[in-house]
Order: sequence, then C-alpha cells, then structure tokens
Amino acid sequence: MAEKNLPESLDTFVKGLWRENPVFVMLLGMCPVLAVSNTVKNCIAMGLCASFVLIMSSTLVSLFRKHIPKQVRIATFIIIIATFVTIVDYVLKAISKELSDALGAFVPLIVVNCIILGRAEAYASKHNVVKSFIDAVGMGVGFTFALLCLGVVRETLGMGTIWGIPVFGANFERWSILVTAPGGFFTLGAWLLVFSWVRERGRTKAKGGAA
Amino acid sequence: MNAEAKAVPAGHIEAPSSLRMIATLGLVAMSSGFLIVSVYQLTKERIAHNERRALEKAIFEVLPDAVDRASFAVEENGFRRLEADEPFVETVYAGYGDNGALVGVAIEAKGQGYQDVIRVLYGYSPSKQCLTGMKVLQCTDTPGLGDRIREPEFRANFEGLDVRLTEDGARLLHEIETVKGGGKAKAGSTDGVSQATPDWRIDGVSGATISSRAVGDMVNASAQRMLPLIVAHLDQLKAKT
Repeated sequence: MAEKNLPESLDTFVKGLWRENPVFVMLLGMCPVLAVSNTVKNCIAMGLCASFVLIMSSTLVSLFRKHIPKQVRIATFIIIIATFVTIVDYVLKAISKELSDALGAFVPLIVVNCIILGRAEAYASKHNVVKSFIDAVGMGVGFTFALLCLGVVRETLGMGTIWGIPVFGANFERWSILVTAPGGFFTLGAWLLVFSWVRERGRTKAKGGAA
Repeated sequence: MNAEAKAVPAGHIEAPSSLRMIATLGLVAMSSGFLIVSVYQLTKERIAHNERRALEKAIFEVLPDAVDRASFAVEENGFRRLEADEPFVETVYAGYGDNGALVGVAIEAKGQGYQDVIRVLYGYSPSKQCLTGMKVLQCTDTPGLGDRIREPEFRANFEGLDVRLTEDGARLLHEIETVKGGGKAKAGSTDGVSQATPDWRIDGVSGATISSRAVGDMVNASAQRMLPLIVAHLDQLKAKT
C-alpha cells in the first residue's frame, strides 16, 4: 500500500482522508452524513464531535487491546464509545444551546456511527496506540471533509448562504429540495460520482505510466 | 467475526474465565459511569445557565419596552409572585419599564410542530391589547424550511398583532388566524392601509406551512386562555415586589 513513498504515519493519515475515506469510499456513517449536512455550521460541529469520539475511543481501545478478552470486546468498545458520546453531548450543550438544538438527535446517534465501531474493531484493536491515533485523526478529518463537501453545496444552493451569511443576494430563489432529506441523497450521489471518476482516472493514468 | 470463531473448533479457543470477562466489563462500565457523572457535574451549571440565559434573552426580545422582569406562577385564581428562579409548572414573566410600571407579559406556548413539539414565547401588552413579539424557544423542524419560523419576517407578524378581548373579557374578539404566505396583504381592503390597521392574521411562511400554522394555533390557544386571566388579575402582576 505504501507505494507513494510517504512516511508510514502520514500514509495512515492520508488513507483516512482520501484513499479509504469513510464516507466517499467505504460508505459508512451515512445517517449523520445525510441528516445534518444541510448547513456548513452543522457539518463542522458534527465532524468535530464524531472525530473527538473516534480519536478518544480508538486510542483507548488500542491502549487496552491486550487486556480486553476477545469475547466481550464489542460490548467493551460500545461502552467506551457511548461514554465519549455522552460527554460530547453534555459539553456541546454547555458550549452552545443553539448548536446542540440544531444537531438534535444526531449527537447521541454517534454511538451507532459505523465508522467509529468499525475503526475500533478493524484497526485500533490490532495496532499500537500511535498508529491507532493517527488512523482515527485521518478518519475523523476525512469524515469532516466529506460532510463539508455536502454541506457547502446544500447550504449555498438550498439556502443561498454559507455559514449563515447570504452569498447570492436577496433575489436568489432557494433550491429548497437540497436542504431536505432527498437533497442529501442527490448531493451525496453527485459527490460519489465525482470521487469515483477522479479515482478511476488516477488508476488509469497509473496504469498508462507503467506500460 | 462469527465466521472466524466457528472456523476453529470450540475446544481450541483458549476461553478466558468468565470472571475475567465480567471483571473487564464491570471495570470499563464503572470507569465509564464515573467519567459521565464527572462531566455531568462539571457541565450541569453551565447548561442550566445557558437555558436560563436563552429564556431571559427571549423575554426581553418579546417585551421590547421592558428593562426588568419578574416571574409569576399561574394558579386557578390568578398569579403568585415567584422567587428569583423558583421552578413552577406554568410561569408567566411580567416585564416592567423604566418607571417600574408593567409594560407587558411574556407567555410561553407550545404545540406539536412538523417533527417535534415547538415552544415559543410571546409578549402581550395589556394596555395596548396587542402582542409585542414572538420568539421560538425550541423547534426541531427541517432547517431551511419549517425552521424559517425563526426568521424576522415571520416574527414581525406578531408585533402589534390584534388580540382585543370581547366585551365580557372572556375570550379573544378575533381568533388568531394563520393565512397562506402573502395572503394577509391581499385580504386587506386597501394595501397601504392594511399595514396600519389592527390585524389578527398571521402570514404563514411558504415552505413552512405546517410549522407557521402550528405557531399560530398554539399562540391562539394560549392567548384565549391566558389573556382573559391576565386582564382579570392585572393588579397582581403590577406589583413588582
């Protein structure tokens, strides 16, 4: 995998951000991606919350991986993840009532975000703390990046604003459907198309170079 | 993972003792509980403070002339002054102006919205017999659509909304009515005048029909009940201390 000659830690990081991007490549965690990506502010908040939970749980799981009996590992991972989600929920409420109102039920739902349990099971429980930490940061940044890709499109076209600031002037006809759930699917579909195309092109080019 | 476990005959797995599994889970659960309780304790005050501040801000927003306020409990035979932040099931907030005179009452109303319960606070001026403002306290309706009841255009409907009572003071002379977006201006006899004449209609937000109707209905239901009560027991609210 390390054909790019990058230092291993950077490679682990880039993997989460691009090559194995949790949303665009692995198609994990779709529930919050579709639900809260309608404004840029929500995207950043959700991305940060999920990243925090991901980093903390991955680090802890990796730290205790040798002490957790295999038979109860999933239960243990879930407790660890749920703990940090609850913490995030309280802290968010303490920081800003408006923001926690906007994210609504989706913060508690981070518990069942497959990215987090997936990384704990597939990576953190098999690698050392440093690697797991970098992997979690990469995945977290990749998740936030994907959310933002959707959020920027949906907020600008759907509401005519970015971060609540109008960008198109008063006469802009809002493309309301993009703010609702179907708009989330449309936007996600469009981005998946773009990403697959870019990756496909990269692969073809690499092949052509070798031949 | 199940497939993996099945592939190896059961006897070959070195199963750790049940005690160890129980100990691990118990230990993890205990530290988790400890962490959550500590964070809860640490943030509790701050969260309550945020909620109080949001309400406080809303009270002065819907009662623009008020500089001071007091809480009153709603009871069967009138209002009872509440201590600073004593919680009570149903509370109204009386606002006082510069000279200490009662300028208005802020009342909370709630009702079913599109997704969940919507809670709003609205201000009522007994002397002018009109509403002075409305602020959404809680609304989880679709951002960009139902959520637009938070916007100034919709809230402006409630500033100066006519809520005169009938002769006997038992109910509203006109029910508060939500009309289709822009319907208010069309229904008015002459457009220029309709702005100034008292109106009991609310312009719904297009794209937020259900949410704006819900707000109109909940304010109407609450006003039908509370305003006669306030007018009948106005003296109790005038006493600031």
